[in-house]
Amino acid sequence: MTAGTGEPPLVDLRQVSLTYRLGKEETLALADATLGITRGEFIAVVGPSGCGKSTLMKLVTGLLPPTSGEVRVRGEKVVRPIRGVGMAFQNPTLMPWRTTRDNILLPLEIVEPHKHQFRRRRAEYAARADSLLASVGLGGFGDKYPWQLSGGMQQRSNLCRALIHEPEIMMLDEPFGALDAFTREELWGIMQQLWLERRFTAVLVTHDLREAVYLADTVYVMSRRPGRIVMAKAVDIPRPRTLETTFEPHFVDIVHELRERIHQEHA
Amino acid sequence: MTAGAERALRIAMPWLAMAVFLIVWELACIVFDIAEIILPRPSRVFEVMVLRWDILIDFCLQTLWTTAAGFLLAIAGGLVLGLAIGASPFVYSGLYPLLIAFNAIPKVAIVPILMIWVGVGATPAVITAFVISFFPIVVNVATGLATIEPEMRDVLRSLGATRREILTKVGIPRAMPYLFASLKVAITLAFIGSVISETVGGNRGVGFLMLSAGARNDAPTTFAGLFAIAVMGVLMYALCALVEKRMTRWAFRGELIA
Ligand SMILES: Nc1ncnc2c1ncn2[C@@H]1O[C@H](COP(=O)(O)OP(=O)(O)O)[C@@H](O)[C@H]1O
Ligand SMILES: [Mg+2]
Repeated sequence: MTAGTGEPPLVDLRQVSLTYRLGKEETLALADATLGITRGEFIAVVGPSGCGKSTLMKLVTGLLPPTSGEVRVRGEKVVRPIRGVGMAFQNPTLMPWRTTRDNILLPLEIVEPHKHQFRRRRAEYAARADSLLASVGLGGFGDKYPWQLSGGMQQRSNLCRALIHEPEIMMLDEPFGALDAFTREELWGIMQQLWLERRFTAVLVTHDLREAVYLADTVYVMSRRPGRIVMAKAVDIPRPRTLETTFEPHFVDIVHELRERIHQEHA
Repeated sequence: MTAGAERALRIAMPWLAMAVFLIVWELACIVFDIAEIILPRPSRVFEVMVLRWDILIDFCLQTLWTTAAGFLLAIAGGLVLGLAIGASPFVYSGLYPLLIAFNAIPKVAIVPILMIWVGVGATPAVITAFVISFFPIVVNVATGLATIEPEMRDVLRSLGATRREILTKVGIPRAMPYLFASLKVAITLAFIGSVISETVGGNRGVGFLMLSAGARNDAPTTFAGLFAIAVMGVLMYALCALVEKRMTRWAFRGELIA
């Protein structure tokens, strides 16, 4: 990377397309996506359902190889799943046979260098999991099993699991999608707090425009399938943002602008 | 009726039903004057069971151990093969059709072949029990593995987990309730397998007892064997059901455990 062009993007997508093949049937899910995410940036991707948002996420993490184009992370071309990513989906996917604490510890059993120190530093890691749980308002719930927790509590635990190994990149695929409005808005605050403390690079997929504007530095709007990025909107609202912020005219204006653009897609 | 009495009644129901069944049977035999050689009265069967207690116990234990041996082999083999099939698409596409074809063969048909190979006695019984109870275990374990949520897999893969780690961290724990659920079916089948084998080519065991008593027109002893089989079958089923509940608490979300 040459100096003078500013910091190179941590994640760089160049004309990435992806076609799913199921037998003879081909689905072009994503077309010519080009975008860059700088280190520590929080981006949100919004768009109609089925437009390829989850696909975009799998491409960035290398879970899927692009059909054409190129994905680079830290300047390196992605050819296999990249390591040290934290992921949280709409479905919390906690393991029902593990306690909440042991669920959160899972990444430390897999990611180096923790993997080799896991037995030795187990007590310390468990304490880390507990303090993380406390920071999302679940102090003392470590010994409970996931199925003893409500949906919102499971999703908080899910975020803890995605964060415990302090990943550089966080992938959030509609993590608040299945929650009620109150829990969802509370978790926006928690998410922002965690991001302000740790400054990971985050990609949030959502269909909630207020959520996108609340959390993101840049919001990308995707078109209907095949998904193309049709708009990138920088959100210049200072942080920390609060629920009050969401009623301020500037916030509302941005949400309206995004909504207009998405409505064109449905026209 | 109070809740306590209702619960007591519910627990007593299977025993009451059984008692009614035996009484009706007994009365029918008396009223219609059925010959003992055709259908002995239950009281007569119990009498024979007491009279021939030593040989009955001896043959029951014989059947029990061949069943248990075949069953344990089936668990070990079924687990390994089920994991292999569930974890690898290649093993799956290669072996699955073969397994289906194999399972379609009536297992009685293999007992004479086994007798040619290993002679009569306990060995063909163990092998038949193994062969017949193997299939449901394999299928269940493979299903448990194959139905891992794709998101769970993605979470692990993006952490950099190897295939082996995915198997040990999610695959095997997830397959466990499926394994334990298959045990109830498998133990029943293993039992059928060893009794069939004893009937066709045994020199001991409950199946052999029934066959030889039948040949002597000794209906009460035949029925005594049948009763013994029923009791053992229920006990083994209950044992497996208990193990299943104990081992897979999470799969029941803790609700069913009092
Ligand atoms: N594994 C797959 N095989 C075939 N088609 C798929 C697969 N996954 C997604 N698709 C299709 O690709 C399109 C985009 O999917 P996705 O990225 O999940 O959309 P979104 O997350 O925006 O709702 C959809 O039309 C979907 O039907
Ligand atoms: Mg999606």
